[in-house]
Amino acid sequence: MMKPVFIVADNILSPIGSTTAENFDKLTQNISGVKEHQGGDRSAGPFYASLFSDDHPLLNNQSDEYTKFEQLLIASVTDALKNSGLDSTDPKTVLIISTTKGNISMLETDADDLELNHRIALPTSAKLVAQRFGFVNQPLVISHACISGLMAMITGMRLVQSGQYDNAVVVGGDVITRFVLSGFQSFQAISGRPCKPFDLNRDGINLGEGAATVILSSKQQKDDNIQLAGGSVSNDANHISGPSKTGEELFFAIDAALKNAGVEPAAIDFISAHGTATVYNDEMEAKAINLAGMQDIPVNSLKGYYGHTLGASGLIEAVIAAHSLKHNTIIPTRGFNELGVTQSLNVAKELQTFPLTACLKTASGFGGCNAAIVLRKS
Amino acid sequence: MTDTLHITSHCIISNNVVYGNGKTVFENKGADVGAFVLSAYQFLEVKYPKFYKMDNLSKLGLLASEVLLKDSGISEKYKEQEVGIVLTNSNSSLDADIKYYDQAKTIASPALFVYTLPNIVIGEISIKNKFKGENAFFVFEQFDATFMHQYVAYLLNNNILQACICGWVDVLKEDYQVVLYLVEGAAGQTSVPFTVQNLNDIYLSAK
Repeated sequence: MMKPVFIVADNILSPIGSTTAENFDKLTQNISGVKEHQGGDRSAGPFYASLFSDDHPLLNNQSDEYTKFEQLLIASVTDALKNSGLDSTDPKTVLIISTTKGNISMLETDADDLELNHRIALPTSAKLVAQRFGFVNQPLVISHACISGLMAMITGMRLVQSGQYDNAVVVGGDVITRFVLSGFQSFQAISGRPCKPFDLNRDGINLGEGAATVILSSKQQKDDNIQLAGGSVSNDANHISGPSKTGEELFFAIDAALKNAGVEPAAIDFISAHGTATVYNDEMEAKAINLAGMQDIPVNSLKGYYGHTLGASGLIEAVIAAHSLKHNTIIPTRGFNELGVTQSLNVAKELQTFPLTACLKTASGFGGCNAAIVLRKS
Repeated sequence: MTDTLHITSHCIISNNVVYGNGKTVFENKGADVGAFVLSAYQFLEVKYPKFYKMDNLSKLGLLASEVLLKDSGISEKYKEQEVGIVLTNSNSSLDADIKYYDQAKTIASPALFVYTLPNIVIGEISIKNKFKGENAFFVFEQFDATFMHQYVAYLLNNNILQACICGWVDVLKEDYQVVLYLVEGAAGQTSVPFTVQNLNDIYLSAK
């Protein structure tokens, strides 16, 4: 049996709140970060998304040293470290960063030259963030589409289990700029209203900005520390931008994650799905959940509160899932009204409170990738 | 134990030369990246029309995987979810990002946008070969053989995978470097032990 890995501290930095507690509290009150925004620099016309205000106190934009993306990561790690009792300069601690596009907005503002190529590179951001906290080991950077956050957690878990490190500070973030918004618009993947995961009338995603940090450790610190008990990644091998038609490959990842955790499907109390509210993703997830025989287990998607936060999504949603376990509370699927997938599914529509012990978190992304993790009370 | 893991095949694409296990398979000196990958595609008789839609990162990765896997018998030896891919680079998808953004100034193209993620090259190799196992994309300043060895050995030693395609695939405008390794539990006819030293020796051999 693999040695247990504990989540000893965490943070969510989002338009809804700057700490995990603030975020969780707002979610229980059905407060969402998704709003209509004028196009501004990002888009020709208005669009719905969850974005930081331009005058957010933690993202002061006055710093020439750090970009908004880097400030997001730094602020999130700062808050998580504060409560962790851990020293970032410890030689057995590693920093892992998850992002899809990092500083890509620099293409919009800076000339395309060698200096830009270096500054815009993800390892450059990683080095700046690592140096800020005095991390002594080379930071790892994961850029793997929308499963980056879960993959970063799985990588951290494996590094701690192998004994190579005692602690892994896992942080993810993404900023929504013209680059990303225009891309998803070109796919016609963006909904013209707040998104509706798993719903009959779902018609696309909302994008969102955010960052989250999970600090993993081989040493339990408190009785209520949640364990990252297992994880797995798979590939559909079907299409680079559309999901598998059968959901089999996400099911492989779910099955492997459960086996890795030593947890039976029946022991899972709820599923935090990817639930992006596109027609195809939600259908594929429903199929995967049914293949796993887990269609009666309450399932939710948080995309209605946060939008799709890309490189941060796996982490933000895993932190909420962990705190859902702690508070024995399942957050409902904002935007969901009537089931619109061809499979049976128990989509959480109301806030539910009952004893919870373990949950499954899934994600899928462009390139046909899928990831699943299992979280469990200690 | 990691002693029993082997690099059973490797492919390098560098300076307009394609090497299979150290032997020159194809070269086209003087061609720019676009022309080079096309000529390699034709010479290697890849016969896969999806190639034409790919960005240069995916084209390079796919070509290297074709050379890497030729005669490997990989699809006969392993189940779909037993084969995985772990790739790394330093520029992420910046080459495709620049091209997408330039075009987006006129009209954003979904065909270009889809390649603005570095893991898409993993997707393309997976699709062509039906590899469904663990996959990962890490971004490093330079090739890190120690990390690659430790990460891939973990996957194989814990039976998460039985075979792994791993290595470095990077391109930015006219600069590119591809070094792919096939790692398996059993030794092949021309294999070398899967060690940090061998990863580095192979990586440096074409520079």
